[in-house]
Formats: sequence, C-alpha cells, structure tokens
Amino acid sequence: MEVVRLRVNGDERVCGVPAHYTLLETLRYGLGLTGSKQGCDKGDCGACTVILDDRAVLACITPVLEAEGRKVRTVEGLANGTELHPIQDEFDLNGAAQCGFCTPGILCSSVVLLERNSSPSREEIRAALAGNLCRCTGYAKIYDAVEAAATRMRR
Amino acid sequence: MSGPDDSGRRGQPAGRGESSGGGGPGGRARPGSDGFSAIGRPMRKVDGLDKATGRARYTDDIRLPGMLHGKILRSPHPHARIVAIDTSPAERMKGVHAVVTGRDMPVTYGIIPWTPDEYPLCLDRVRYIGDGVAAVAAVDEDTATAALEHIKVAYEELPAYLTPHEAIAASVGPYIHEPRKEGQNGNITKVVKLAFGDVEDGLEGADIVVEGDYFFQGTTHTPIEPHCAIGMADGAGKVTVWSATQVPHYLHRELARVLGLDPAKVRVIQPPVGGAFGGKSEPFDLEFCVAKLAMKTGRPVKILYTREEVFYSHRGRHPFHMRYRTGVRRDGRLTAVDAQIVMDGGAYASFGLVTTYYSGQLLTAPYKMPAYRFHSTRAYTNKPACGPKRGHGSVQPRFAFEVQLDRIAEALSIDPIELRRRNFIGSGTRTVNDFRVTSNGFLECLDAVERSSDWKAKFGNLPFGRGVGVAGSTYISGTNYPIYPNDMPQSGIQLQVDRSGRVSVFSGASEIGQGADSMVAYIVVEELGVPLDHVRVFAGDTDFTPVDLGAYSSRVTFMLGNACIQAARRIKRQVQEAVARVWRVKPGEVLLAGGLALRAGDTGVCMPIREAFNLAEAKFGTLGATGSYNTPKDIHGEYRGATIGSSPAYSFTAHVAEVEVDPETGFVEVKKIWIAHDCGRALNPVLVEGQMEGSAYMGFAEALMEEQIFKTADQGRAGLHNAPSLLDYRIPTSLDTPALESLIIESVDPEGPYGAKEAGEGPLHPSIPAIANAIYDAVGVRMDALPFSPPRVWRALQRVNGSGACPGRAPQPRFEKMPAAPWREAHGGRVGPGRGEGRNGA
Repeated sequence: MEVVRLRVNGDERVCGVPAHYTLLETLRYGLGLTGSKQGCDKGDCGACTVILDDRAVLACITPVLEAEGRKVRTVEGLANGTELHPIQDEFDLNGAAQCGFCTPGILCSSVVLLERNSSPSREEIRAALAGNLCRCTGYAKIYDAVEAAATRMRR
Repeated sequence: MSGPDDSGRRGQPAGRGESSGGGGPGGRARPGSDGFSAIGRPMRKVDGLDKATGRARYTDDIRLPGMLHGKILRSPHPHARIVAIDTSPAERMKGVHAVVTGRDMPVTYGIIPWTPDEYPLCLDRVRYIGDGVAAVAAVDEDTATAALEHIKVAYEELPAYLTPHEAIAASVGPYIHEPRKEGQNGNITKVVKLAFGDVEDGLEGADIVVEGDYFFQGTTHTPIEPHCAIGMADGAGKVTVWSATQVPHYLHRELARVLGLDPAKVRVIQPPVGGAFGGKSEPFDLEFCVAKLAMKTGRPVKILYTREEVFYSHRGRHPFHMRYRTGVRRDGRLTAVDAQIVMDGGAYASFGLVTTYYSGQLLTAPYKMPAYRFHSTRAYTNKPACGPKRGHGSVQPRFAFEVQLDRIAEALSIDPIELRRRNFIGSGTRTVNDFRVTSNGFLECLDAVERSSDWKAKFGNLPFGRGVGVAGSTYISGTNYPIYPNDMPQSGIQLQVDRSGRVSVFSGASEIGQGADSMVAYIVVEELGVPLDHVRVFAGDTDFTPVDLGAYSSRVTFMLGNACIQAARRIKRQVQEAVARVWRVKPGEVLLAGGLALRAGDTGVCMPIREAFNLAEAKFGTLGATGSYNTPKDIHGEYRGATIGSSPAYSFTAHVAEVEVDPETGFVEVKKIWIAHDCGRALNPVLVEGQMEGSAYMGFAEALMEEQIFKTADQGRAGLHNAPSLLDYRIPTSLDTPALESLIIESVDPEGPYGAKEAGEGPLHPSIPAIANAIYDAVGVRMDALPFSPPRVWRALQRVNGSGACPGRAPQPRFEKMPAAPWREAHGGRVGPGRGEGRNGA
C-alpha cells in the first residue's frame, strides 16, 4: 500500500492504494470518482482521459505515483460550482453524447483544446480528439458541440 | 409528406434553433405550425446532463458493500473435450471465496428458444479460444486473476473447423455440436431455402443476367463500455443482477430458467449502457456467473470483461460468402434475383436462426422483384459466436446486391440513381415475399442525395482517382414477433402523475444511448403539456417497469412510442374531462400544452397544468395509466418463415459517398457521405441525425477498416483472435471519419407514433456499397470483398492493370469463394447475356 496525495478537482485528497494502481484505478476505486471510464485499460480508447496539470492524459496508463502532488481535473470538476462548463451544456444541446461512455474523456480533451485555442477550426478539433474513440456519433455532433462551446466562451 | 427541402432546416443543430429554449430544462414547449409542441423539436435528452457531468452511473460504477470481484477462466483451445477440472488449488487461495464450473449450472440456454446450445460455463467441451470454463470470486480483481492460474483443466484437443466451407463439408464427427438427428452434419446451424415467383423464368426472360461473388468480412460491435454485471443474493431466495444488457426481459427469463429460480424472485436492473449495437442483446456467461457466485458466497459479485474478453464474447457481424444472379430487362427493371449465401456462424447459434432468414428475407425492398430465391446456410466454426450487429443479417446481402445494381446500371448505360428509381417498389404495397409495406420515402431519399451531393455533375465526370457512388436500402421498425411465442404486448409503459405536476414514466425499454428514455419523455410533453423537466423516466428494472422486449431490431421508438401515446392519452382524456366540467366546455376543447391547460379558441382561459391534474385526481382518483403495443398479425404471408423479417413498418435509406483513391497505394479516403433516411417522422431531429451519422460512420468503418480475423494453423495458433484490442482492431478515430451530412425524409407512417419509424440501423446499410460503387467510379475496380483496405484495393488495381501480383510475392486469392457444387453454374460470364437475349439472337 502507498499513501498518495492528489489535488483532484480543487480538493486535497489522501488515499491508500496498491503501489501498482493507475491514476484511473485510484480515481474510480480509491476516491469514488467514477466519471472517468475504463474502456480498454491499455491506453487505446481515451475514455479515461483526465486533465493533469493542463494536459489531457490517459489515466488508465498513468501510474498514480506520477500524479502525486499534481493538479488533476476530471469530468466531475469541469463545472464551476453549479455553473456548467459551456462544453457540458453544448454536448447536451447538440446531442453529442449518445451512450455517454466516451463523453467524460472527450470533454476533458475538448476543455484542454479550448483552454489553448479559443477558436479552433474543425480540423484542429478533429486533431485534438483523435485520441478519444466514440462509437456512437460518428463525431459530427461532437464537433458541433465543441464549436458552439468555443463561440459561447468567446462572448 | 415533408420533402427533402425540409431536411436542410432540420439539419440545424439544437440549441441554436427556435426551440432550444422550449426544449431546455424548464423550458415550455408551445405548439408549432405543424400542430406539435414537442414532437419534431430539437429537445435536450433526459439523461444528457447526467452524461456530460459524470453523474450517470453505469454498471461498473456501482459498488456494493462487501462486493467481491469475479474473473472467468477461458479456453486456450479452439475445440477440445474437457477431461477434468481441478479447482481446489484456487479454492484454497487466500482471498478466494468461491469457484464455479459448468457443473454448477448444467442447463443449456440460447437467446432463440429453438436453439439452446450454450452452457453458462462449458460443461464437457470448449468450442472456441475464449470459451468460458470456470469462474472465480475473490476479494479483489488481482486475487481473482491470480486464482485463474490455479484452476487445472485437462483438455483433449479435437479437430477445429475454422471456415464454414470445411464445416459444411464434414461428414463424420466429432462435429462442433451434436447433430439433432443421427446422420446429420452437426456443424450446420440452419438452412433456409425460400423461393417466390418463378426465378428460372425470370432469369430466362432477362435481357442480361449479372452474376457475382462477394465476401463480407466479419466485424464486431466494440461498444466503448465493456460488458459488466453484478449479482446479489439476499439470502431469502431473491437474486438481483445489474447488467449492461440490451435485453433485461430475456435476461430475466434465462437467469431464472438456468439457475432454477422462480422468475418472481429474480430482478434484473439495467443501468445506462455504454454502447451496445447488438453486442449486448442476449445473455452472456458473466451474468450467470455473477448470480451463481453471489448465491454461493452470499456476497455481491461483479465481473467486468476485459477488452480482450469483449472481442471473445463477440456476437458480431457474420462473415458472408455470397453469390448473386440478377436478371434485368433492357429498361433496367429487375426480372429475378437468385442468391446463395454461406454464413460463418462461430461456435454457437446465438440469433443465427434469425440471421439465416434475415440474410434473404430483408432484401425485397425498396426495389420491386418479380421473382426471388435465396438459399442460406449458417455453419458453426470454432471461433467466437456471431450474432446481431446493427443491421442484423441484412447489411451483408445489401452490399452485394447494391454492387450488382451498379454493375447493371453500367452494363445498360443507365444512371445508377435512375436505375433505382425505375425499380421502386412504392408505398402501400407488398414485397415479393409478402411483407406489407406501408409508408415509403425512398424516392425522396434518392432525390435528396442526388441534389445534395451534386451527383449529376460528379458521377462519371470526376478526374481519375475521384468518384461517387450511390446505394439504397430498407430496414425493419421492429420484428413482428417476440423471440418466444406469446400473445402479450411487445412493449408496455406505465405513467404516474404527482400533485406537483410531475409525471413519472416507468419504461421497460433499454436506454443504450439511442434516446429511448428521452423519446417517451417527449411524448409525455406532447400529450400532457408538461415541461420536459417535469418528466422523470424510470427505466430498465424488471421489478418496477412493464415488459419491453429490448433494444434490438430497431423496435423501441415504434413500439414503446405507441405504448406511451396510448398511456398518455388515457390520462389526457381524464384531465380534459375534469377541466371541461369546470369550464363548461366539451373535453375536446381543452388543450394541454406549454405547462398549461388552455381553452381552444380562447387561450386566455387557462390554468397551470398542475391544477388541471389536481382537478382530474379529485374527480377520478389517483392518476395513472398503462399503455401497450402489439403488432398487427395480418402483415405477412403464410409460408414457413413468413413471420421472420416482417415488421409493422420499414425505413428507407439512400447514400451517396464520394471517395478519393490513391492508385499508387490503394488507399481510399472517403471525403463525404450524404445520408438520406426516411424515418417516418423525426420525433427529435437531433437524435435522428445522431443515429444516421453514427450508422453511416459504422458502415464506413466496416467498409474500409474493420476486420474480425483469426489466426490459422499456419500462423501458429489456429482460431486465436488476431488482434483483440482497440489498437489493432481498427475502429475509426475523428481523423479517419469522413464528413457526414444527414438529410431527414419524413414519409409519416400511418401506424408509427406520430408517423415515426426506425432510424438506428437502416442508415448503416448503404454506406458500404455506396463506397464500393464510388471506388469503381474513381478508378474502375469492383470491390467485391470487405474491407476495402489498401492491400485489397491495390491488388484489384493491379488485376485491372494486368499484373495481379505483388513483386516477389505469389498472387493471393481475393477471398474464398463458395464451392461451385452444389450450386449450378447457369451462366458462365460474370456479366453476360441472359438466355433470353441469346434466344433472340442479340
């Protein structure tokens, strides 16, 4: 067992986990933050994507000890209190989440993109989401949602 | 019928249109010019924000107190007898609570009641690499995984059949399954031969007969959520199973039967499902194992498949070997179609009986066929079992048939879209195999893709390497009969009204991302006039929700929608009557919309809907209603098999695909797919577009990228899945996926809910042949085998250019064609004159 300290969604969290645990296992099993999903457990699908110090990372292949002391944001931490992040609202309005299983990871990748680029082109959105597999939508509605969120955030 | 011009407007994303406020939480829908207040508007989904915030709790997100974790030991052999299993070393391990084997559940099951050929865990025989043999419950996943290593299984290997042709050719056992009658080949699941009209006469009278062999490679669903189940036994005989399933009702029945429990003591709860596409539409080993392990340990037990196990559980698209002969007159009209199909079924029957029928039965629209015959054989092989994947059984023949049509168009110098128009079957008609067709917007679909893609300017006119192709299709809006024979409704719903004005919907249907829960909420908003955020949908729990047969065969909107309308109108009548009495008007003059009860003709007279509900409750007692739907029974013929493929309504689709082919590498880039789909009426256009785009994407993926392939003995490990991971089994990323344009066509079906038909599976079909036909337009090679990967396209180009072989490598066969025997080779050439033509001396 290792005691790890994580800064998750603004909270300081202390958690005892087996040393081989990944960040995803720690979030889901240790901290009860089940928003981040496990789709493949080997870094292929992107459903586990979280934001580690402003970068989108695959939590299922990130050893938890690597995240120690660093800033972690998950889908549960994207809203500002009761105020949704615009990308969350636009996902709903645009029908960008069907089964919703890839959604938490895609939201995290999108937020990182929007924090770096306030008016991404469709090509830039496609490139930013290339590590997140979605099996339901054909991605079209997801692009619409990211573009709409960017427009809203620029206002 | 709303024309294609309408579809452009419908294409606007939600949230920016007039109704985004109306559809938003707390927003109040007002009647629009079409008379609807909610239907046809781009409203939010009832679970949209749960999914966008991480609140939605899928099966693997559930943790119960004291929960154990299970793992399943899987066969390393494609075909072997189990001689002995010793579980005691595993059972002695610290942290292991129980081990179960096939002996603990020695009852066969199968989703189709006529073909139960699976055990929850193999009893005495394993039939593919990955077949479940034993299951362990332990304190954590690591311990359970470690314990699998300590289960000792002695196998006696048997010869494995890896192709359907080998399996069919076998004449002595051991077969993959015991033959039902002595002397039969136990490697055959099902043979269907059906003929309608005089096919020989039709081919004889044809001006040309086009003949072709086609191969459709198997593909799998790969939902992003792996299968997961949790079992819990309460110690008093009640067993609860949470599962990521599309069919809680069938699971409920099979769990009770196999585990020997009273169905009244089994509860199935279906949390939100993270994608399914047909891959979760029958019981799986993990569901029986968690229940049995929970019964054995008294503790809740969870099993989550690894991604590798998802590939082994499979039940995806069958590989099809197909031969088609299509006769046409000089004017392009079909005279006869003759099909022979061999299907690679994998180790178990699954839905295979239905698949075998569907392979032929679902081809008979949207084109008029004067005569049609098919002969389909499903063989078992020692590979993971195939089953239903989006467009069950009909995506493969549709590929072959639509390529045949393209070849016919070319041979007759008729524009491919025009050829399809000339063969249009029409609406309000019967197909050659006697299925009733009600609404049919296929011509409008063709018009829409022709115009939007600028077809006339592009077809045949683009520079070498660039091309366009078209294809059409049809699909069922639910299957007319349940899987087990009964006269009860296919779908049921229950509504309950609170004094606050809130309406609860108890729905047995399975939300798998398609919007089943939202769809019923929109109907309640439309009928009872409440705002969307006053509707709660409680779904997928066999203890609390009426039976719905499941999310398969594109049945939910049509069947559950009709059930919900019936229930809502029962309450609506009571509310109207109660309010009418107070206002001293006729009940029909009371409108319910926008959170109000209003007087028709003088909407200044109104009251909050809550007060209207209270008046009704005072008059009639507690407000609640049920609704149900069952299919009409006079919509198909009387022959054996006539019920399979019949549906209360059919959707229609046309696609145009535009491609760019690199002749140097054989790499195909699909630039864009235009998707026109007749869904009857779009209850929520955003969700319909989502289904159309997701379908076209999945078809595109099968056309270009996906292959469920297995190693041969030469490759070291016969029957081993070649690449059971999401890295190696390539599903498209955002960078791979082409631009998709949805064009909704609304034919308004007379029996659909507000005229709606299906949208979730039909729009997959034409993607594949449209891309194949576009490749032909681009570079002049006919792709007759999937996927159209660079090596296949490159080789096809080499063949056309006369070379045919890679430098330094032996030429490879394109695909294994069906053996010539027992089928007659009536026509020699792949495109040749029909016998009629020869007789006329042409």
